[in-house]
Amino acid sequence: MTSKKYILGVFDDEDVLLNAIEKTRAAGTKIYDVFSPYPIHGIDDVLGIQRSRLPIVAFFCGLCGTSFALWMQIWMLGFDWPMIIGGKPHVALPAFIPVTFELTVLCAAFGMVITFFVISGLRPTLKVPVMDLRSTDDKYVMAIELKEGIDIQKLNDLLRSNGAIEVNEKEVVK
Amino acid sequence: MITEERFSISKRSTNRFFFMIAIGLVLLVAGLIIAATSGGGHGEEHGAEAGHHAAGWGQRLLANLWMNNVYFTGIAVVGVLFIAIQYVAYAGWSVAIKRVPEAIGAYLPVGGIIMVLVFLLPIIFTGHNTLFHWTDHAVTDPTNDQYDPVIAGKSGYLNVIFYTIRMVAYFVLWFLFYKWLRRESLAEDLNGGLNHYNKSITLGAAFLVIFGVTSSMAAWDWVMSIDTHWFSTMFGWYVFASWWVSGLAAITLTIIFLKQMGYLKMVTSNHLHDLGKFLFGFSIFWTYIWFSQFMLYWYANIPEEAIYFIERLGGNNNHYTWIFFFNLLINFAFPFLVLMTRDAKRQMLMLKIVCIAILIGHWFDFYMMIMPGAMREEGGFGLIELGTALTFLGLFLWRYTSELTKANLVPLNHPFLDESVHHHV
Repeated sequence: MTSKKYILGVFDDEDVLLNAIEKTRAAGTKIYDVFSPYPIHGIDDVLGIQRSRLPIVAFFCGLCGTSFALWMQIWMLGFDWPMIIGGKPHVALPAFIPVTFELTVLCAAFGMVITFFVISGLRPTLKVPVMDLRSTDDKYVMAIELKEGIDIQKLNDLLRSNGAIEVNEKEVVK
Repeated sequence: MITEERFSISKRSTNRFFFMIAIGLVLLVAGLIIAATSGGGHGEEHGAEAGHHAAGWGQRLLANLWMNNVYFTGIAVVGVLFIAIQYVAYAGWSVAIKRVPEAIGAYLPVGGIIMVLVFLLPIIFTGHNTLFHWTDHAVTDPTNDQYDPVIAGKSGYLNVIFYTIRMVAYFVLWFLFYKWLRRESLAEDLNGGLNHYNKSITLGAAFLVIFGVTSSMAAWDWVMSIDTHWFSTMFGWYVFASWWVSGLAAITLTIIFLKQMGYLKMVTSNHLHDLGKFLFGFSIFWTYIWFSQFMLYWYANIPEEAIYFIERLGGNNNHYTWIFFFNLLINFAFPFLVLMTRDAKRQMLMLKIVCIAILIGHWFDFYMMIMPGAMREEGGFGLIELGTALTFLGLFLWRYTSELTKANLVPLNHPFLDESVHHHV
């Protein structure tokens, strides 16, 4: 059982929060995470979160789907068990397109979802610490991990001077 | 934050459009003279032995005028449609760019006049329009040996009088809604308030219903009836998809040009991103429609249906085969692969390249729809095609840009203006 301590700055305004994130990061403090009741536009940029590389995964999964679908149909209907259907050639590309399209979409979507779950560690046993219940209602909570050498008083002043209405401490047991 | 932005176009630019029209006309006339002196005789001897009329220079001129006019009219009406959709969807993001699609409909009256003339003048002077086989009285007259029971069966819908009434009705309706939406928008600039906005929503909703019917019927009339025997229940969608995506490309291209000239300061890469998504998505939509139509005919392989694709793919001495594949390449593969990434949709350079490719590509798409039926294996690319396209482009740009200059580029009192300024994706 390890436990970690967090300093929580509670805000009640979106714009104040965005400004405070910028100021806090400029002061050299590393922000653990920010909790808000809804997605805030532009928060990724101020938090310095890099763009997701998920689209690249989606592209290659889609490509796998396309190749698999084409290979499967060409091999099955053209070589493994050739059949004449509607007087068309064995390898009748236009007839293969709908299946190819479906498998491309399926593989891209599944590949993307599975990759996302694996990379972000979303599994059934995952326990998510709730820093402050009010962040699911009408408050925005900025969590900063309390490591050794961090001056609590200075952090408190920094958060309050940037518009935090409360500064709390929370211990999370994992 | 919000400033008065009025697009002004110098006398020189307007002159450039007239110059474009002039060059186009000169090329066209030169092409016609060359065609008439060299190719005319060839066409006549063909006509004598085959049952149908031969494609001479007159037919080529007619087909080109018709094709370019259908293409540019479509782009113009898509501007009105775009505005209507934005109103009905309560869209906020598009407010900063809405004056651009608002102005694009200015070509509609010109297109309407040209279309009525190109359709009616040959009928008045020669009795029938060679572009439309069904206008020939011989095919609907049971006593004539050229009687065609299939066409005669369609004559309740395809006859000159009803056709002309429909054509005029489409243009009048489209033009009225273009004018009304524009008038509300300009009145809003002066008066403010929500009245004009609410009225525009009603107008937009009505236009969507009307356009849903008229665009489909226009596609049957103007494009499908050239291949009179053939029909496709998807054709309305197909023509609409082609118009819509070229219209979007024209709107996006104008916005990029305006931005590079220093106008539309409120338009950011976020707005471009949305337009890019539109282009990307509807290029795929066009391909979906294209393929759905093609695959069913290919699979069923019923002669009277498959003939349409045979004429384009392998028939007519393989005359159109390269355009058939080029069409798919430039209108599907190219925008699909190039616009796939987020960055490409947010950059002006990439968007500009794709827009131009789509506009050229869908010009070829209309070429593909009209020329095989009108010209058989004699459809060409020469001075006539270039000249007509240039003339129409000049005409279109002249009407379009002069309408753009007539109003502030920022709809100052639009209720969603602020939302558009802060648009973020």
